[in-house]
Amino acid sequence: MQVKLVNENSLIIYFAESVSIETADFINYAYLRLNEDLAEVIESIIPSYASILISCNSRKIGLQAFLRLVNTVLNNLDPNNIADFKPKQIEMPVYYGEEVALDHEDISQHTGLAFSEIIKLHTSECYRVFAIGFAPGFAFLGNVPTEIAMPRKKSPRTKVPKGSVAIADRQTAVYPNQSPGGWQIIGRTPINLLDITENNLSKFSMGDQVRFKAIDKQTFLAMGGVL
Amino acid sequence: MTLRIKQAGALSLIQDLGRFGFQDVGVTSGGPMDNHAFYWTNRLLDNPPNASQIEITMGPFVAVFEQSTTFSLCGAEVVAKLNNQIISNWYSWVAKSGDVLTLSFPKTGLRTYLAVAGGFDVPKMLGSTSTVVRDHFGGITQQGDKLRDGDALPYQPNVSSYCRGVLKQFIPDYAGTIKIGVLPTYQFDQFDEKAINTFFSQVYTVTPLIDRMGYRLEGATINFPQQHFISEGIVPGSIQIPANGQPIVLMRDRQTIGGYPKIGCVCNRDLNLLAQATPGTKIQFFLQDLFEAEAELQQEQHYFYRV
Repeated sequence: MQVKLVNENSLIIYFAESVSIETADFINYAYLRLNEDLAEVIESIIPSYASILISCNSRKIGLQAFLRLVNTVLNNLDPNNIADFKPKQIEMPVYYGEEVALDHEDISQHTGLAFSEIIKLHTSECYRVFAIGFAPGFAFLGNVPTEIAMPRKKSPRTKVPKGSVAIADRQTAVYPNQSPGGWQIIGRTPINLLDITENNLSKFSMGDQVRFKAIDKQTFLAMGGVL
Repeated sequence: MTLRIKQAGALSLIQDLGRFGFQDVGVTSGGPMDNHAFYWTNRLLDNPPNASQIEITMGPFVAVFEQSTTFSLCGAEVVAKLNNQIISNWYSWVAKSGDVLTLSFPKTGLRTYLAVAGGFDVPKMLGSTSTVVRDHFGGITQQGDKLRDGDALPYQPNVSSYCRGVLKQFIPDYAGTIKIGVLPTYQFDQFDEKAINTFFSQVYTVTPLIDRMGYRLEGATINFPQQHFISEGIVPGSIQIPANGQPIVLMRDRQTIGGYPKIGCVCNRDLNLLAQATPGTKIQFFLQDLFEAEAELQQEQHYFYRV
């Protein structure tokens, strides 16, 4: 673990040099502890794959004093307590129909697999939220089975429809809103990922475990899905 | 009673100091591109530091005060008129009901901040009125819309005939080459000596590709062997060096995480200055001590938040 200063009110904690489930678990634990113990002085906190960026409210505390507080929290982290955190389990219904799986041909060609096989593999895994970013509520989920991993599109789409479920390399994600994007689209969920009227703004939080479940067109439409 | 926008110009946005507390789920902070000018605009009216203002990028801008108020203007050097009378910016002024405010295209600088006494009454979304167009957050519609001709911004009647100005020493000069202090953080230590020397000795130019997310610069290429890092949290002012070796400074509407190598961060003071730079502006980077920069930020915060 290494703590480095970033700017006048921010520092970054590096937990590892590579991405793993173990690191993700530990980061999630550290993130919850920092958020709770230092709530009074934190302006923003951004956990990611292998690091946490944390900024203080400079009206309440100086950078050196903040660094000491952060180090105290980090020194008191006990890896034995990680098991106490029960990650949230989320099941995401996905319609994998060809009219919404905009890249089904490309991904079948790239992987040499029938699209039905790709769906089977995509729904077989329990994914982890490794990071949230790119857009509000956009969660980077890993890892997809190697058989269906596929690089991003060479030229990104200017408009990816809201709710699109997509793959890039060994990651998968859901687009919370219509946006530009270069991931390979394999389906669409009827679930709203971002709800500003709810206390819980984003459907996904760091560390959540996510499974995708195939639904038919009728169910997709009944759940409010838009084709 | 309202301020009626007659001409919103290129990009006029409602801003407060930004939306904090949701960066962990990918929500960018937004907020004023030039915090320095924003703080002064509210200060001239004794407004709370976070009171909502209009950030007018480029203009030209025309609006009618439909209720008497005191207002203030700070930021870009523009020709400002109240009806037919030329008024200075970095000052507060009294407007009577029906008075027309006209701002020209800036002579130097890029963004003007307009505040009224008490601030504009705009509903908050996730604790802030700041408009982030890309994410559809904030603004008068709470859908991230920029201001349009005909929009009406409510404010409380609140007139003080006591007008004042900002001391000259606090008014930045936006003309000529700007000097930008860089904090040697993030992957700074991983750039080789040649790259660091190039970055600090050469002059960079602001390209036309600038927006509230980032400023693309051009100049001598900075080489860096590794192109992708594990994505990590991004602060405003982060200086990315993508594969083509041309720096991009990330601004207030940046994405919250990113994986490009970063040679350092523009310090708070100079990020405000950079936000006023127009395409073609020359930039000279220099190494800025982090704790000196922090002392300056502390000073600024204490000054603008003192009761």
